[in-house]
Amino acid sequence: MNFDYNEEQQLLADSVRRFIQKGYEFEARRKIVASPEGFSEPVWKTFAEMGLTGIPFSPDHGGFGGGAIDLLSVMEAFGEGLVVEPFLATLLGAQCVARAGSEAQKKAVLPQVVEGKLRMAFAHTEKGARYDLDHVNATAKNSGSGWSLDAEKVVVLGAAAAAQLVVSARTPAGVSLFLVQAKGVKLKPYRTLDEMRAADVVLAGTPGELLGAEGQAMAVIEAVVDFATALVCAEAVGAMKYACDSTLEYLKTRKQFGVPIGTFQALQHRIVDMYIAYEQAKSMAFLACSQADSAANAKERARAISAAKIKIADNARHISQEAIQLHGGMGMSEELKVSHSFRRLTMIAQQFGDADHHLERFASV
Amino acid sequence: MDLNYSREEIAFRDQVRGWLKDNLPADLRDKIANYEELNREDLIRWHKILAKQGWVAPSWPKEWGGNDWSVVQRYIFEEECGYAGTPPLIPFGLSMCGPVLLKFGSDAQKRQFLPRIYNGDDFWCQGYSEPGSGSDLASLKTKAVRSGDHYLVNGQKIWTTLGHCADWIFCLVRTDFGAAKRQEGISFLLIDMKTPGITVRPLILMDGGHEVNEVFFEDVKVPVANLVHKEGEGWTVAKYLLGHERMNTGRIGASKRELAKLKEFAARQRHGGKSLMEDARFRDRLSRLEVELMALEITNLRFLDRMRRTGQPPGADVSMLKIKGTEIQQGLTELMMQAVGPLAQPFKALSSGNGGDAGFDAFTAAIAPRYCNFRKTTIYAGSNEIQRNIIAKMTLGL
Repeated sequence: MNFDYNEEQQLLADSVRRFIQKGYEFEARRKIVASPEGFSEPVWKTFAEMGLTGIPFSPDHGGFGGGAIDLLSVMEAFGEGLVVEPFLATLLGAQCVARAGSEAQKKAVLPQVVEGKLRMAFAHTEKGARYDLDHVNATAKNSGSGWSLDAEKVVVLGAAAAAQLVVSARTPAGVSLFLVQAKGVKLKPYRTLDEMRAADVVLAGTPGELLGAEGQAMAVIEAVVDFATALVCAEAVGAMKYACDSTLEYLKTRKQFGVPIGTFQALQHRIVDMYIAYEQAKSMAFLACSQADSAANAKERARAISAAKIKIADNARHISQEAIQLHGGMGMSEELKVSHSFRRLTMIAQQFGDADHHLERFASV
Repeated sequence: MDLNYSREEIAFRDQVRGWLKDNLPADLRDKIANYEELNREDLIRWHKILAKQGWVAPSWPKEWGGNDWSVVQRYIFEEECGYAGTPPLIPFGLSMCGPVLLKFGSDAQKRQFLPRIYNGDDFWCQGYSEPGSGSDLASLKTKAVRSGDHYLVNGQKIWTTLGHCADWIFCLVRTDFGAAKRQEGISFLLIDMKTPGITVRPLILMDGGHEVNEVFFEDVKVPVANLVHKEGEGWTVAKYLLGHERMNTGRIGASKRELAKLKEFAARQRHGGKSLMEDARFRDRLSRLEVELMALEITNLRFLDRMRRTGQPPGADVSMLKIKGTEIQQGLTELMMQAVGPLAQPFKALSSGNGGDAGFDAFTAAIAPRYCNFRKTTIYAGSNEIQRNIIAKMTLGL
């Protein structure tokens, strides 16, 4: 039992946190969000230089050979800084390649991802699917000269920033994954509530390259989504920390009736409960990241990840709502970062399945 | 980062688990499992079994019978006892009076009391709360007036857990009524329960159980030799005890056992033609509680790991474990109530019926009283509101 980061993880956590504090403060972030691309190319380059894009990939492809547990502190720092760069989107796509792709495909894709030269996205969810991972109506046909895809995907995170997409589609053999060049797809891009970029994506006879065995993609999709779920759990913990810390600071400085409002017991107990919820969520993020890497089997992994997501979803809602309430009217304002943490936490609560979805899954495995 | 116990820690856990399996008497185990009230003999019997094994006071110095277990080993031991369903070790001697004497007691006091506490020869209780002094302990009024080589004690204590079983009581009493601050002028006295002038009156709780009492003191003569630390500095002793709270206040092991029992029980209940475990409304409540318990176990281990690394006492962390741990314990009793349904109503079998009482299921009948009884957990040992005050002040600086 040891909850300490190892030396490498600690160094990484420190440098990411330092960068977020200096190069990604709230004003800088506001400009990035308002930019046409919705993310910063220089920031992306810095992430790559720091080695962040290489963490969960094999040294054979230039990566560090790490896992979710090595990304834990990075995602926490991203959550605290409300980073909007399409890091998770890229990992989602690239993890599909790393887990399903042939050696040639990995060699072609992963070193570029590690070096920060290639951003990816994972186009999977369809209208009406809600959180059912096997709800795939997109189709792929093999005409002999190669595969072509017809698909309508929704809320594809980071689609516009990606040069390559991983797209799920059905073939006679079942659900399969395909590597698709982004220039062949139609995008309807938008900004999300939490100020990221996403798009609805249409493929019409678009060529794609089969990733892994035809019809065998569901296990990979489930593993990659579990991996990503563990990462957003860690990210949520960072956003919760910001929400708690900024609220505590506000309670100490905001005066009413001649005293700091933090002297009122009604408010003290509420912020104590926020911090307890934060600690409990943090414990479950640890569990999720550790099990995403090392669970003995898919069932055990699913159980741990779903347990974590239940807690993260519940506590994200609790903490974000209380943070706004305790800030009073100021909490409603777009000018305060706390309202942005509210938006991110609200979205994370539903990303990759809300509490009800994961309660169902937790009980069924 | 590694969420699992080390190989050595697992070996230790298995050793403890194996020993408990062989040495926890079946009748005691069944009493716990069936939610039966334990009597003084049950508690002492288990205490003596552990004392013989040398496991009754791991945190004490070796010369007084402690062993060199790490904080993690101590935690594992306590959680395994909870998981196995052993009778509790009553804390008043082993975890309260003992540590106080080790820190503040005279050599004579140590020699007189510690071996008897260790061996379970004396049964201790705690005299803190008074009718007018609950959360606001420093307002206590029981007074001790010095008269030659003894104090004359007058006043009343309340909520005295197991006072009716006790040979001795340690009390906070007021020795100086003119002190500038309320916390001053309080002293820590050890009082023999057989001393004339002491009356113990049972306080029966709403579940029908007798575990707490009122203790009245009327001109009770206490030798000055039984004063611990200096006169008027009892508050220092009381504060030391608060900081000495153990890391198992979350009672994870016991809650895990209760959760398993609840699942098994709920699976046997039918609702709408299916098992209650297949009822989404019930199951979701159960799952949320299970997840909260999973989280608390990891939180507890994180705090323990931090304590091991920094060597710092747990401080306000214990308050968080107490709040969450007791909420979970209550949640479990609540779901057990929901699972038992209309059969929560039978309470006590009567002998007046003509069908005999053979069909009366004592375990089922114990579920509702237990639900009632467990409301105490968020009130005792510093109410959960007091715990929140502690976190607000100590951790958050409010």
